[in-house]
Amino acid sequence: MGLTAESTGRGAIDSNLLIDRGSKVIALAGNPNVGKSTVFNELTGLNQHTGNWPGKTVTNAQGKYIHNGTEYVLVDLPGTYSLMAHSTEEEVARDFICFGNPDAVIVVCDATCLERNLNLVLQTIEITDKVVVCVNLLDEAKKKHIAIDLKRLSRSLGVPVIGTSARTGKGLNQLMAKTESIMEGSEKNAPVSIRYPVQIETAIQMVEPSVSKVLNGRLNSRWIALKLLDPDESLLHSVGLFFGFNLLENPEIQTALQQAEEYLKGEGIQGDRLKDRIVAGIVLKAEEVCLDSVYFENENYHHRDRKIDKILTDKWTGIPIMILLLALVFWITITGANYPSQLLSDGLFWFQDRLTDFFHWMNAPEWLHGVLVLGMYRVLAWVVAVMLPPMAIFFPLFTLLEDLGYLPRVAFNLDKYFKKAKACGKQALTMCMGFGCNAAGIVGCRIIDSPRERLIAIITNNFVPCNGRFPTLIAIISMFFAGMFAGPAQSIVSTLLLTGVILLGIFMTFLVSRLLSATILKGIPSSFTLELPPYRRPQIGKVIVRSIFDRTLFVLGRAVAVAAPAGIVIWLMANTFVGGASLLAHCAAFLDPFGRLLGMDGVILIAFLLGFPANEIVVPIIIMAYMATGSILEIDHFMQLKELLVANGWTWLTAVCTMLFSLMHWPCSTTCLTIRKETQSTRWTLISFLVPTITGILVCGTIAFAARLFGIAA
Amino acid sequence: MYQSTLNNISEGETAKVSQLLSTGAMRRRMLDIGLIEGTDIECLKRSPGGDPVAYLIRGAVIALRSEDSSQILVECC
Repeated sequence: MGLTAESTGRGAIDSNLLIDRGSKVIALAGNPNVGKSTVFNELTGLNQHTGNWPGKTVTNAQGKYIHNGTEYVLVDLPGTYSLMAHSTEEEVARDFICFGNPDAVIVVCDATCLERNLNLVLQTIEITDKVVVCVNLLDEAKKKHIAIDLKRLSRSLGVPVIGTSARTGKGLNQLMAKTESIMEGSEKNAPVSIRYPVQIETAIQMVEPSVSKVLNGRLNSRWIALKLLDPDESLLHSVGLFFGFNLLENPEIQTALQQAEEYLKGEGIQGDRLKDRIVAGIVLKAEEVCLDSVYFENENYHHRDRKIDKILTDKWTGIPIMILLLALVFWITITGANYPSQLLSDGLFWFQDRLTDFFHWMNAPEWLHGVLVLGMYRVLAWVVAVMLPPMAIFFPLFTLLEDLGYLPRVAFNLDKYFKKAKACGKQALTMCMGFGCNAAGIVGCRIIDSPRERLIAIITNNFVPCNGRFPTLIAIISMFFAGMFAGPAQSIVSTLLLTGVILLGIFMTFLVSRLLSATILKGIPSSFTLELPPYRRPQIGKVIVRSIFDRTLFVLGRAVAVAAPAGIVIWLMANTFVGGASLLAHCAAFLDPFGRLLGMDGVILIAFLLGFPANEIVVPIIIMAYMATGSILEIDHFMQLKELLVANGWTWLTAVCTMLFSLMHWPCSTTCLTIRKETQSTRWTLISFLVPTITGILVCGTIAFAARLFGIAA
Repeated sequence: MYQSTLNNISEGETAKVSQLLSTGAMRRRMLDIGLIEGTDIECLKRSPGGDPVAYLIRGAVIALRSEDSSQILVECC
């Protein structure tokens, strides 16, 4: 879900790197899912959210680290398998290593899968020699009886190699000490150079001198020469931006390049063949290095994972277990949130009465009491009472599943259906991120390489309710549908209904994805590779602390910041009278016919409109608006809420339609801004706004119409 | 020893890559995960719907769709 201040707040919108150049800069590179973010967090104390699925870091995060009294800036690059820039992430990582001028690059590797990770290490040392390799997850490797000879590895690579277990902080001091000496130059690296087939080496030698003259030591000329031979347009574009001129326009380079190309052509090495040999050069080098320094003491080291996979991705049990797990998370959330919600609302409303007493004692004017207590405080109290408990339970639970490595299995199980919708299976991951926050889900869509499939994932992300909408759904379900059952049956019914609503959202995701593929985003599914990382035991204590402080309080803070002014606005609207009726009543009356058409009413629509900055405040606004219009003045009990709603004409149809509209309407303002930023297009932002909205209007309208037609609702 | 494509390998079998037929982005993806000629691949598990399939490639578990794995020629023992 990746829900942090970086990924949901301004950070999601502004990912440009502005680095304080006063301190030395260390870049953290690595394959996805190797614990890079954990290394980053342990060093900087900044809580970049970590999870056990590939593609976690979606923006460049940076933090400060102090070692021996010197301050360093650490930049967490997106996880990539290579620097050949096949995706935005790789481009960002590569450009930072090349042009961000880091004083050192730490490449974090997964000890349990070292060979594949060495690809990136080798590609990095082709660009710069200020590299330190961090072999992370040594503890996991030990469990799997994989032994790594770090000294030998360091000798083969020609750069320092430090073993770490970042989750426990082991080895990190050593890592930083080594990095420091590399930056200071007290230790010089002599990185291994990758030898390509002799024809390619000859061609490189033909081009390199002319490149070297132009670059003047600013970039590794051997590497740039290679990239000119196997033209990497995105890199050449970045080089052009960086230096202000196009390398290909230099006559000397042009001539040399032409000669080299002709030579290679004569040798029969062109196009895919050339690319293959270059990649093979790196892959085989990685293989050679690994054979030399990694020992598998137990060849069946991954047996336990395969056994778990057998159950979690089985033909018969895979999908049922997925739904059961989802339901279990909801059940724990609903039952667990009940009591604290009650307690909070009792406490907060007791305090409201004290505030009222205080205002009376102060002889404060009635309007001031109205604006501050009945307006602002009351909405705030509702937001906290209704939102905080479910969030504080849901987030840690979901984070546990994430840390465990379960989410990629969800993508694996669901890919077939995404393929049917002509979309990408990784959309399952961005969908899961959407449960936390849709804005984070949108940023997460960067893990999808095909622009067409990425747009589909962006437009449909809003069909999974973010945690700002969960409590709305839970509140309505418990009031209108589960209330008639007693005891434990009540929470089970709530769970089943909520799971049903979520499954409907997922179904709509498939349906709308398919429709988009058939209309405005025509195309065939592109290629797909999905890594299923090893399962890891989550650190339960850390998960709880992190999800409460990182996510729950952050999201709640945002909701509160929006709720306070909204409370004032709605109170003013309810208490400013024009022509005998309040402004609120005028607006509600204006929207009422349309609201009724959709099975709701004008007040509910206003609440959704005012809830544009944050979905969390929709229910509190509805309550406020009804209370201001005066049928019940005091609610001192959570369940009295239903009476208030019923007194304002709510029926089961209103409840159903409000839930459905909450599931399917425009994305919140943060999400819209994020979509604008990610797509760089007003048109797609508008479409992302309209698609769920129109879907919601159609669905609610149809249900309301059918219910009335059959006479089962008024 | 016989020639086949990767999608025809059953669960538990191992094969050696002999040629990549895919081009463009997919070929690059394959190369990125270290899938070059001569690489050993073990077919681990089909997904609930039968497709994609998880393979063990150079120590990592990677799922591929049949469209893509049918573009990889392999030699089976």
